[in-house]
Amino acid sequence: MTKTLITIDDKEVEAAEGMTVLEAAQSVGIAIPTLCHNEKLEPYGGCRICTVEAEVNGRKKLVVSCVYPVEQNLVVRTRTEKVNRVRKMILELLLSHAPDSKQLQDLAKIYGADKDRFEKEASFCIHCGLCVRYCAEVKKKNAVGFINRGAKREINFNPELAVKECWNCKECFPLCPTAALQAAYVFIEAQISSTPSFEFEKN
Amino acid sequence: MNNERVDQIIEKHNGEANSLIQVLLEVQNENRWLPRQALERISEKLQVPLTRIQHIATFYKAFSLVPKGRHEIHICMGTACHVRGSQNVLDAVKNLTGINPGETDLDLKFSLETVNCLGCCALGPVMEIDGQIHGKLSPADTAGALKKYE
Repeated sequence: MTKTLITIDDKEVEAAEGMTVLEAAQSVGIAIPTLCHNEKLEPYGGCRICTVEAEVNGRKKLVVSCVYPVEQNLVVRTRTEKVNRVRKMILELLLSHAPDSKQLQDLAKIYGADKDRFEKEASFCIHCGLCVRYCAEVKKKNAVGFINRGAKREINFNPELAVKECWNCKECFPLCPTAALQAAYVFIEAQISSTPSFEFEKN
Repeated sequence: MNNERVDQIIEKHNGEANSLIQVLLEVQNENRWLPRQALERISEKLQVPLTRIQHIATFYKAFSLVPKGRHEIHICMGTACHVRGSQNVLDAVKNLTGINPGETDLDLKFSLETVNCLGCCALGPVMEIDGQIHGKLSPADTAGALKKYE
């Protein structure tokens, strides 16, 4: 495997080809905040909180480090003023969805994000896709998925599958950076218990 | 739509998972909507999880998970139609059919939908029913146009 030499925060890093910038940074102990990243899952690039500044051929641009592959002579800066500003903005937008999320609040403290900057749109879900991807990639059950698109997108449990698979699994619950997942599950549970159970067994 | 017909459509696409959208489109075209039982059949045959099909079927506006009427009314709300009074046309149609955009009436006669441009701004305000264009409408004209459809 060929080695790629890159620079992260003035530190020379030897990365394997095909690695992402995030992985390379983590291999030398440089912390980049993440929300939608999970080692067990394919990179997704959903939350954009891991945005860093990358310099290629003397040009600087903002890239999402969890999906950006390393290349020769890449110069990455993870804590510039611009990066911090972008992360602060992303946090403020996410916080308008999930103002009570512990993980978001911790990050907000670091970046000075104001959780009340934008009007509350309390869907509690930040569309990180962790539950959806975990269920599809690791458990291969696909009990939870996305529905709709754009501003109306939300997670949705398939009731028939949820009643069969989710009771004994619930492994996606601790992954959720907000409480949305659990809320959605409780909701489906309530729906199931309010419908006579034989209806589901028939199908 | 019965399972045999769904199977035929799937067969036509060699049961390949990557022709999922084509299969869904054909079912939608023939049946005017995607019933759950058809989606379950497709999921089983193409080996695509139901949640994924649900994601795709709710993503594209061409698909409907609720029954559609025999005639689909599209009322253009684009800029040109808007300034020529498409809101009044929409209100008139809403009154005549008794349904709001996105809804279907009880006897499955009409489905009403607003669209953003039909591409014939010179004819505004435009209403399209089953692909047929009714242009330069006044609110009073809509009653006559709707009467032609059974």
